[in-house]
Amino acid sequence: MKGIGVSPGIAIGRAFVIKKNAPATNGIVLKNQVEIVAEIERFDISVINALAEIDAIKNSSQLLLNDDDIAILETQVELINDPQIREDVVAKIEAEKKTANDAMIEVTAGIVALFESMDDEYMRARSADFQDIGNRILKYINRTCDTNNRSFEPDTIVIADDLTPSDTITLDLNLVTGFATQAGSRTSHAAIIAKSKGLPAVVACGDELMTINHNDFIILDGLSGSVYVNPGEEIINRYSAKSDSFRQQSEVLKQVKDKPAITSDGKQVTLLANISSAGDLEMVHDNGGEGVGLFRTEMLFMDRDSFPDEEEQFEFYRKAVLQAKGKPVTIRTIDIGGDKHLSYFNLPAELNPFLGYRAIRISLDQEALFMVQLKAILRASAFGTVSIMFPMISNVKEIRDAKLILNKAKTELTEAGVPFSADVKVGIMVEIPSAAVTADILAKEVDFFSIGTNDLCQYTLAVDRMNEKITHLYDPFNPGVLRLILNVIEQGREHNIHVGMCGEMASDPLATLLLLGMGLEEFSMSAASIPAIKNIVINNTEAKAKQVCQQVMAMDSSENIITYLKEITQ
Amino acid sequence: MITKDYIITSALGMHARPATQLVKLVKGFKSATSLKKGDKTVKLNSLLNILSLSIKGGETISVIMDGEDEVSAAVVIDDFFTKQLKEL
Repeated sequence: MKGIGVSPGIAIGRAFVIKKNAPATNGIVLKNQVEIVAEIERFDISVINALAEIDAIKNSSQLLLNDDDIAILETQVELINDPQIREDVVAKIEAEKKTANDAMIEVTAGIVALFESMDDEYMRARSADFQDIGNRILKYINRTCDTNNRSFEPDTIVIADDLTPSDTITLDLNLVTGFATQAGSRTSHAAIIAKSKGLPAVVACGDELMTINHNDFIILDGLSGSVYVNPGEEIINRYSAKSDSFRQQSEVLKQVKDKPAITSDGKQVTLLANISSAGDLEMVHDNGGEGVGLFRTEMLFMDRDSFPDEEEQFEFYRKAVLQAKGKPVTIRTIDIGGDKHLSYFNLPAELNPFLGYRAIRISLDQEALFMVQLKAILRASAFGTVSIMFPMISNVKEIRDAKLILNKAKTELTEAGVPFSADVKVGIMVEIPSAAVTADILAKEVDFFSIGTNDLCQYTLAVDRMNEKITHLYDPFNPGVLRLILNVIEQGREHNIHVGMCGEMASDPLATLLLLGMGLEEFSMSAASIPAIKNIVINNTEAKAKQVCQQVMAMDSSENIITYLKEITQ
Repeated sequence: MITKDYIITSALGMHARPATQLVKLVKGFKSATSLKKGDKTVKLNSLLNILSLSIKGGETISVIMDGEDEVSAAVVIDDFFTKQLKEL
């Protein structure tokens, strides 16, 4: 089986299947009375487990349930316990010799169809409740667990149709050694987070992935994208060796960890990390990161019921600033919308969410929310070296408006006597083509640029990066994208502001020399990628990089460019 | 055996919340209880069965109780349909 390898490394272990979709019927016909009794027992135990799960929810002190919630849960208890449902399921197992799984699926489908056909709207809506109940019981029948009920064994490889960012972030890395998903792409958030954690991962494996069973023996190659299910001895031996050599290679890369990133002819660049929370900084220090080039703040806002207040945000930022141990931290203001949503903040569905109400557009529209975040970041600045970065800037007015609000935040803090650093640099993400083209104009307004290649690439090439059908068009080596990047770097130098890059391209070994040759001085990437990129910098010269840049910029297609870059990197 | 007719007094009919209450009530009795609407009769111990009758406000249903504690069951069920249901 093959998918897209998005986070290098070899993972060897047992599958833990996370299914969010309704399970399928297996068509198995039971052979004898023993099997029939076993299947009925399996159903009964599943009901007990499903009831226990509801009980746990009801008794959870964290959830703060109201009377309506309790009433709904009590209805669910009655439905799970429903004698009619049990009778129907048992009849199918006994008379039709079906498995508990198939019997439950068919009974559920029958009930759902019955309620869907009712003339009463309220009753029609109940079909979803029955589907939910069916799924709850089926989950235990198949012993596949959903995301909020996991107990992993050591050396677990998670197999899932898809993982949300928060799914990925909550994986226990002491137990989970890798994951593979059915959907996803190189730039989906699950992939980006896996890379930042150094967790081998393969995405976009297709429907075949979900044929993997719980506890199957899995080998996963996060570089090539191969996934082996219950492989033979030969493959196991080969990959055990590969895994060892990968580890050795990692060791070699770790040796460059404490060396500065200077080319052999003396050009120094800064290698920074992209992080999502203070916890990621351990990896940053381990891999020799010189600071944080992109601190995404979205994680603080996800998986909760309301916006975090100023105190909570302040604590979140301060923790990261302290963990950075004096190294610079660039905090990006909230970048929601697009593919990132908040349950408590109603963002209406849009036809083109990536071209819609997101990031700085929301912040400028919701000034009160923006103020809270800016004040919290400013307060955290008293504890280290903090810069503020605005995402999705498309014109100069947005920068001026954002800075105005930032000044208001500073004034309020000053008046309240709350300390913050007087030297907080302000920069923007350059990720919209108009910003890249007008870099000369925007440079006069800010202290730094950070090129976000993922969005820049998607907007320049008109390629939705979530659309798996057109991933081949998503190409950062397209000459159009490269010219924009070069323009941003040159204009930054012209106007004496520093230019960094925090998109995926900064961690692509193929692009390192090219970017160095363009004059990029700051690369920000997932911590795990830093040693490999540093290795390239150390073993090359700026003179060569400039030559590479000249060659590439004269080429007419990304095919030629990629072929050329592959040749010179090897 | 006791049979009693009731007019459903809640506007929404026997929706999930009152139906859940009713199932919980009858489970406390040993008598077999069933619910009849039109020509359909179902056992009252199943929420699925009650909901599948799709009983609306204003409709008339019959409750049939049969067993050793049918008298006390009838008192409790009577209280449910005549008093509690309006508030649910």
